[in-house]
Amino acid sequence: MAKPKSKPSSPQRWDFKQTWPLHVLVWPAVIVALVFQYGPMFGIVMAFQDYRPWLGFLGSEWVGFKHFITMFEYDYARQVIWNTLVISVLKLVFGLIVPLAFALLLNEVYHMKFKRTVQTIVYLPYFLSWVILGGMLIDILSPTGGIINQFLGIFGIDPIFFLGSNDWFRTTVVISDLWKETGFNTIVFLAAITVVNPNLYEAAVVDGANRWKQTWHITLPSMRPIIIVVATLSLGNILNAGFDQIFNLYNPLVYQTGDIIDTYVYRVGLVSGDFSYGTAVGLFKSFIGLILIVLGYHLAYRYANWRIF
Amino acid sequence: MIIVSFLCLFPLIHILAVSLSGSAPATANIVGLWPVDFTIDAYERTLANENFLRALWVSVNRVVLGTIVSMGLLLCAAYALSKSDRDFKGRKIYMWFFVFTMLFNGGLVPTYIVVTRLGLGDSIWALVLPPAINAFNMILLLNFFRTSVPKSLEESAFIDGAGHFKIFLKIYLPISVPAIATISLFTMVFHWNSWFDGLIYNTNAANYPLQTFLQTIVVQQDFSNVDVDAEMMRNLSQRTVQAAQIFISALPMLIVYPFLQRFFVKGIVLGADKE
Repeated sequence: MAKPKSKPSSPQRWDFKQTWPLHVLVWPAVIVALVFQYGPMFGIVMAFQDYRPWLGFLGSEWVGFKHFITMFEYDYARQVIWNTLVISVLKLVFGLIVPLAFALLLNEVYHMKFKRTVQTIVYLPYFLSWVILGGMLIDILSPTGGIINQFLGIFGIDPIFFLGSNDWFRTTVVISDLWKETGFNTIVFLAAITVVNPNLYEAAVVDGANRWKQTWHITLPSMRPIIIVVATLSLGNILNAGFDQIFNLYNPLVYQTGDIIDTYVYRVGLVSGDFSYGTAVGLFKSFIGLILIVLGYHLAYRYANWRIF
Repeated sequence: MIIVSFLCLFPLIHILAVSLSGSAPATANIVGLWPVDFTIDAYERTLANENFLRALWVSVNRVVLGTIVSMGLLLCAAYALSKSDRDFKGRKIYMWFFVFTMLFNGGLVPTYIVVTRLGLGDSIWALVLPPAINAFNMILLLNFFRTSVPKSLEESAFIDGAGHFKIFLKIYLPISVPAIATISLFTMVFHWNSWFDGLIYNTNAANYPLQTFLQTIVVQQDFSNVDVDAEMMRNLSQRTVQAAQIFISALPMLIVYPFLQRFFVKGIVLGADKE
């Protein structure tokens, strides 16, 4: 933090010996975090037990890594991990390229009112929940009379069951994710474009660079830090393929391509009540996530000098 | 660019058109972007539906209570943590304590067990307390405190005999109204849009917040949880009524987001662009 150090020799130096009020102010938040964030971390011991609710954590039998071994030996669990990776990598790549391209295009628009209107509209779905967007998608993508299939029908294309076909489900997920998130990321990138030094463009124009060359040689390189930050920080999300979205769009027909770790954990852990196995799968995810987040923060700091606080 | 904007808006317009159409044209799938046989019948029925209104009430409660609790906790902690390491011994430990919650979590099943074992199931506290401490929002607040509150003001108040509590209430809070408004809005949006916790922590569908209610009715098409009679079932499963429910649930966000947008941009910049 760039913060001016208070001069220790100053006669008016604030005497902070009595810091007890500060502790008093922090503790309520500490207690809530202790119970609801750290409490569940201790609950993780379940993953190494055959947890029975009526026996509790102390009474349940310890089974070591049994549940983890089950997970890796079970074809379906491997499929779920694979689905998670495929969906989130697709989202990461398109979620970086599309908003970046859109921000560059939008930056070329000089009509401010138009620019702001487009920005506002594209940003809108970001504020709606996946329940609402899911409800809309189910309606418009319906194979029996959904408006998209009616539209495709004009060109003689047979109705496609977007949310019920293993060929289409991932595509639908990635595109609908772009629908929701593009606006947000576009604004992040636009903010980065505005801080580019205008002198660079003037110099480039003098050297005879056209708009395209300016974009390629000035705008994009100037945005490199923010692109690196966004990309490396999404690394930590690689096992979060988007629970809210998938849960509101999927159904048993597309478990083969669409079931991800989080939805799987919900079904085996809470719906089927297999607490220990669900916790083990969840722990696997959180643990890999932790490593990737730390790695991401480290890379973001190293290559873009970004830090969290 | 116009096409992209249209594509973003089109599902919303279509749903609005369906919700304002007569049920016959809606069922026959002839509604496009403009209502056919214009009627507000679907809205009247939705707003006369007790289950819907009850869910709406739960949501409003949740947003108000959730925002107050969360902001109260975050502001107090952010004030203390905005002091320098030298002025507040132990700050580093507290800081890491909160940051660690951003890096790692117990996962779904242990969280569920903790919340239900505390006896919070079927109560609004299960929706309000677990997400109350958002470390990222706390960091935004404390950064704001550090950069926006003049140190000299604080020191002169201290010399005049004000303690931490007084300085916090009389100097920090009034100066930070913009930041407080921003983070409160973040929190309100979060609470309004949440649905999953409502689904898992409530065994009684009467306690569902609006988004959870909508999720079971529209997305899962599951009416077994919500006690409905045959007449109501017909209403609920009707396409126009579902569209109206979707639209009403989206409405608060549609109204506030143009204002929010500016705040959010600032929030992003505040969060991304430091030093």
